[in-house]
Amino acid sequence: MGETIQAPGLRIACGRLDAGTLAANFADAHPPLSDSQARIEADRCYYCYDAPCIEACPTGIDIPSFIAKIADGNLRGSAETILSANIFGGACARVCPTEILCEQACVRTAQESKPVTIGLLQRHATDFLMHRGLHPFARAPETGRHVAVVGAGPAGLSCAHRLAMLGHRVTVYEARPKAGGLNEYGVAAYKLAGDFAQDELDFILRIGGITILHDRRLGRDVTLASLRATHDAVFLGLGHQAVRVLSLSPEPLAGVMDAVGFIEGLRQTAKSGVAVGARVVVVGGGNTAIDAAMQAKRLGASEVTIAYRRGAEHMSATGFEQDWARRSGIRIRTWCAPKALLGEGGSVSAILFEDGGDGPLVEPADMVLLAVGQLFDATPLQEGLAPAIAQGRIVVDAHGLTSLPMVYAGGDCTPGTDLTVSAVQDGKVAALSIHAALTGSV
Amino acid sequence: MADLRCTIGGIRSPNPFWLASAPPTDKEYNVRRALEAGWGGVVWKTLGEDPPVVNVSSRYGAVSYNGQRMAGLNNIELITDRPLATNLAEIKRVKRDFPDRAMVVSLMVPCVEASWKAILPLVEQTGCDGIELNFGCPHGMSERNMGAAVGQVPDYVEMVTRWCKQNTRMPVIVKLTPNITNILMPARAALAGGADAVSLINTVQSVTGVDLDAMTPLPAVDGQGTHGGYCGPAVKPIALRMLGDIARDPVMRGLPISGMGGVSGWRDAAEFIAMGASGVQVCTAAMHHGFRIVTEMIDGLSHWMDGKGHASLESFRGLANRNYVQWGELNINFKTIAKIDPSLCIGCGKCYIACEDTSHQSIAKLPGRVYEVIDAECVGCNLCAHVCPVDDCITMVPQAATGPKLTWGEHPNNPHRSAAETVS
Repeated sequence: MGETIQAPGLRIACGRLDAGTLAANFADAHPPLSDSQARIEADRCYYCYDAPCIEACPTGIDIPSFIAKIADGNLRGSAETILSANIFGGACARVCPTEILCEQACVRTAQESKPVTIGLLQRHATDFLMHRGLHPFARAPETGRHVAVVGAGPAGLSCAHRLAMLGHRVTVYEARPKAGGLNEYGVAAYKLAGDFAQDELDFILRIGGITILHDRRLGRDVTLASLRATHDAVFLGLGHQAVRVLSLSPEPLAGVMDAVGFIEGLRQTAKSGVAVGARVVVVGGGNTAIDAAMQAKRLGASEVTIAYRRGAEHMSATGFEQDWARRSGIRIRTWCAPKALLGEGGSVSAILFEDGGDGPLVEPADMVLLAVGQLFDATPLQEGLAPAIAQGRIVVDAHGLTSLPMVYAGGDCTPGTDLTVSAVQDGKVAALSIHAALTGSV
Repeated sequence: MADLRCTIGGIRSPNPFWLASAPPTDKEYNVRRALEAGWGGVVWKTLGEDPPVVNVSSRYGAVSYNGQRMAGLNNIELITDRPLATNLAEIKRVKRDFPDRAMVVSLMVPCVEASWKAILPLVEQTGCDGIELNFGCPHGMSERNMGAAVGQVPDYVEMVTRWCKQNTRMPVIVKLTPNITNILMPARAALAGGADAVSLINTVQSVTGVDLDAMTPLPAVDGQGTHGGYCGPAVKPIALRMLGDIARDPVMRGLPISGMGGVSGWRDAAEFIAMGASGVQVCTAAMHHGFRIVTEMIDGLSHWMDGKGHASLESFRGLANRNYVQWGELNINFKTIAKIDPSLCIGCGKCYIACEDTSHQSIAKLPGRVYEVIDAECVGCNLCAHVCPVDDCITMVPQAATGPKLTWGEHPNNPHRSAAETVS
């Protein structure tokens, strides 16, 4: 279709692919296991003692136990084992980089370079429960305590769910119109296909005792001081609200946007309404770069290049993701730091690199997506007494407690790996700490 | 190329793989396909008196283990449900067309001499090579005082065997039931009655499972279940033990044995022959994979024999039986200690927890999922090596002898040891 686009302003276009192709391109990237596939795979698990996979899971799911239950035909029990450690077991089964976590640690990786497909098995068990509309947990009797959670992402909702389970009342303050955080706005569409993020949200809220207030932005609609005054404890699951800026042209050029915004638009719009260039260059080396590049390709871009300033081994995107991108026809160029963007009639036409690395110095492009990092923005906390910040993140102890009494934090706004599963663990740990503090059980 | 020819009780076949008397040998169509596939012989499914028995539906129950189908198979099918004349005519035709294969006919008629006298000449007229007396069928027929009901009473075994020997010139193989405390009793009875060979084991009485929704024992027939006969890989250890007992018995010495019970591949066959069998019979493996599985058995056995320098089956038959002894003859002074090869260890910890929870706490867990045997505590039981999922990661290392061979009979702790043994 590229040849039909002549004017510079039309280089970025919607609807490059027909509806059927778009639907197929954004369907489940890793289809679920059938019952028989799950049984066969479950039988491969050795039920290790002191299993390394458990240690590799940030939420510490008892993986051998949940797999043994699948092998035993006890799917409900299996799902409960998963969800008791990680209420986002369904999302994590889909988005976790298992190749650097549980599946890397699986002893079958050491034995035969072929781990038990733990992620797919986890999805099999959690799907069983969620498809039946079952919620496996019941709330403890009301404690009369009320906790504020800021941010309805994985960290905040994990915290909220655990607190609600323990009998506390939780109000979640969310800046956006939808809850789910990155699961709703950030993860590649084909990883959480359909409306999974909202389905999972419904599943989590079924515990009861959680109220989500939308369009309540910290620093604008509510302040930390007001929340502390009206609640027994506060959990901050603020995530990243800012992207690192890379200024490569003296004036703004059409066709240049940050990858996070591109993905967000893509998640919230019908795919046929999302504009994409014919020649797309994504600058960055993380999973966001991969997700943006993959989705640009799936929207119908004919050439997609990821340009990274250092070597492939330095990319924070996992090897699995890099390979997947290459297999999808995406070129990954390394050792090419961007120097400037070239424009033509107000639109980007090429990107110039300081060093071409393994390719030319000038890469033609009608769309440039910048995926050079996301940042925690502490501005909303500036008013009044703020928790201590160090190296751009909220400082917390091992229990998720900030420098302020009864103010906890977790997820991407705190130090540590920026993974969904880590955020879920942070929320869970903080909830248990809050519970202990509120009930004096420590 | 190894010579696989085999002779059992005077019955010859080009290889030791016979199909056992069972559903696969019920009629001409199946048997022709089997012989064309290369089976050395067949034992035709048990003939009885007319009118034929009636079978039920369903007939099989199976046990899957860790995804492996048919680790054990149970059947409640009876003897042939076709008229005697039909079977006899088919047997005759098949034997005529496959003269080099062993054609043995399994028989089961009521425990009266007249019944046996009547059927034997009819069978003899088919030109078959021999008969096998079904004293083992553990279900249905035993309730009618046949099958295992005869096989469990040594006097009956001897009596019926003698009737057959007196009323036919055909070699007589007596098939033994394992559903008995001491297999030597019916085996010796068969010998006393003049049997030319024994075959074992028939199936083991079993219920394969329970349908927890219908609350029906399996296999189920219209909501009810009954016990059946168990066979397949699961019963092989039971068969090897009974076969070994007979083969080493001084009274039975020299009587040919047709071994069966879970023979699934060439290795099983080699083990049965090493334990004293002259040939083997197979059923479940054929039912699981079809008749062509015999080509893998023949090929595997042949290559193994070539590799070991065994020119014929006789060259290794019974070699393992020489080392099959009573517990009291084992050397108490022999000791092995487990050794874990850290370069092969994948860190699953199964050896550790098996030893820690259920054995002798002789494996240490070191930082970094390193597991190490505590030599002083290890009794050499083997459990760790069995649970380890990695081949050769855990080996049992024989230790230097601490003294001459010492059996329980000679051991100071044995209150019944003889004075002579104490002196020696």
